[in-house]
Amino acid sequence: MPNWTAAAAMLVAVLFFNLLFTPSFFHVAIRDGRLFGSLIDILNRAVPVGLLSLGMTLVIATGGVDLSVGAVMAISGTVAAGLIARPPETPFAGGKSVPALAIPAALLAAMGCGLFNGILVAILDFQPIIATLLLMVAGRGVAQLLANGQIVTFSEPSFAAIARGATAMLPNPVWLLAITFVLFSLATRATALGLFVEATGSNPSAANLVGINARAVKIAVYTLCALCGGLAGIVITGDIQAADANNSGLYMELDAILAVSVGGTALAGGRFSLVGSIVGALLMQALTTTILTRGVSPEITLVLKAAVVVTVCLLQAPAFRDSISRYLPKKVPA
Amino acid sequence: MNRASLLEKMPVAITAVVLITMTVAAGLHFPNFLTLRVLTNLLADNAFLGVVAVGLTFVILTGGIDLSVGSMVGLSSIAVAKLMAGGHMHPLLAMAVPIVGGAVLGASQGFLIAKYKLPPFLVTLAGLFLCRGIALKISLESLQIDHPFFNVLTGWSFALPGKAALTAPAVSLIVVVAFGIWLARQTAYGRAVYAIGGNQPSARLMGLPVDRTLIVTYGISGLCAALGGVLFAVYTSSGNAISGTGLELDAIAAVVIGGTLLSGGYGSVVGTLLGIGILGVVQTAITFQGTLSSWWTKIVIGILLLVFMLIQRTIESVARRAQNA
Repeated sequence: MPNWTAAAAMLVAVLFFNLLFTPSFFHVAIRDGRLFGSLIDILNRAVPVGLLSLGMTLVIATGGVDLSVGAVMAISGTVAAGLIARPPETPFAGGKSVPALAIPAALLAAMGCGLFNGILVAILDFQPIIATLLLMVAGRGVAQLLANGQIVTFSEPSFAAIARGATAMLPNPVWLLAITFVLFSLATRATALGLFVEATGSNPSAANLVGINARAVKIAVYTLCALCGGLAGIVITGDIQAADANNSGLYMELDAILAVSVGGTALAGGRFSLVGSIVGALLMQALTTTILTRGVSPEITLVLKAAVVVTVCLLQAPAFRDSISRYLPKKVPA
Repeated sequence: MNRASLLEKMPVAITAVVLITMTVAAGLHFPNFLTLRVLTNLLADNAFLGVVAVGLTFVILTGGIDLSVGSMVGLSSIAVAKLMAGGHMHPLLAMAVPIVGGAVLGASQGFLIAKYKLPPFLVTLAGLFLCRGIALKISLESLQIDHPFFNVLTGWSFALPGKAALTAPAVSLIVVVAFGIWLARQTAYGRAVYAIGGNQPSARLMGLPVDRTLIVTYGISGLCAALGGVLFAVYTSSGNAISGTGLELDAIAAVVIGGTLLSGGYGSVVGTLLGIGILGVVQTAITFQGTLSSWWTKIVIGILLLVFMLIQRTIESVARRAQNA
């Protein structure tokens, strides 16, 4: 039984709940050559958190955590928007608008952030929570510095298409998430990289002794995680055609961590499930969408997320299972 | 110097030196900086952050973390306002309810962490969402507080020479810090906190009440955070559900800059007060400077945090060498 069974069951339950109360929930229509409906909406809106949770899964599998991805989203979004809009009084002022450069530059900036995190964690041996807290605090400041405190708006159809366009009926962000997921799965399961990540997470010293360069693995996963943050930042910036250094990706690192943990990846590291994280991200978004369609005030989403994460974690905790085991049906030894 | 005293005293000493240097440098640069009035304002402006950080110090001393403190501040500040405005409660009762609630909520987080071995980081992350959600549910808008008794509290101050005055939040901060120092240094509970942070299995084998201490510690953190929210309400004469957003990071920064090791076991409440001092001086100096934008505060705090973490790392490796020698 995979570790994400609980999350998947809950996702099905949430969808079923909607079927009971909102009959049109599963209705999918084709309009202007693309699919429309609540289900597609959930998929589409889950993309930023889904992207973050892929990178976060690998980081958590090495026994770490990355709190800075929200700030990285803000930085990458600002860099992309800056290169397109060239707002005055910022480091981007004066030059020509270069939409073609926006994406590579934003991703490079994000990977630079990840490299910084990786070096702090792997070389300087800082606790991951604190090492990435640094960029979480300062990174948003850097993004605001790059935007000179403004919200950088732009109008560039070719860039907005990343977030708003559709290919083969499905919204582009969904394809982006799908491709990233396939690439991550291939990289971790078709090569030994996944094994290296798990070995590093279970026991870094032992991993070193069997010849795995644990430091390089850690630096790589933090860089990949930030790259995912960069992608998510581009999707969000393209969607609203603006970069808001203050609010872009705010609290999204927490959503991603929740998605990963309900998806069955052990927070102590050592084993991970990319599918589980995607299921977790979809569950988070399904909850949010359900609350919106039911007309309940959106603040309750936060309370529900808290309840979901505590429930799923309790169900996974051995100490809790032991304490309720006498109420559970006994397994009869064969 | 042996390992223990090196790890205990060096970081605080460095923090003190940095704080004094920064204050003097700012004083030389801005003529009016080194006045009692600036100091008392610094206390008043950072009182709620300081109170939160004192509670968080105990959690970090046990080797844990509490991410829920920021939203607890928001929840308690809006709860005070709502109870007085909507519930027509007497201010004293309206302030007591959130404080007790904060302690209970904190202790329940501690229960999950101690009894079921859930990661502190995840449990308090859920707490962060829970508190913010409830706070926003209570009211999306900021609520003004207007009550004769409360206005007396907001307007009250203890006059000092040089037009300086200690406001009610500033006095509370001083009381909480004094209480925190006593709790950490003079009580059996305090020793248990340090022992758990040093080595939890050993503490358990020594027969210390590990679970109970952890539950009490998270309870104290919740209580301090709720008190911080009440002080915030007094400071601003209003309650706001989104107040304290990101405050947990400032509080963690203050504790770390104050020389408390994140791995637990070493640190002090006095250090945290110094850490708050450094954050306050940075903020005040940036305000004095006038042309620097507010985001520089974040960047400077980030850089300071990095520098102090590097210093801690160096001290730890020196201490290890001293022990091996």
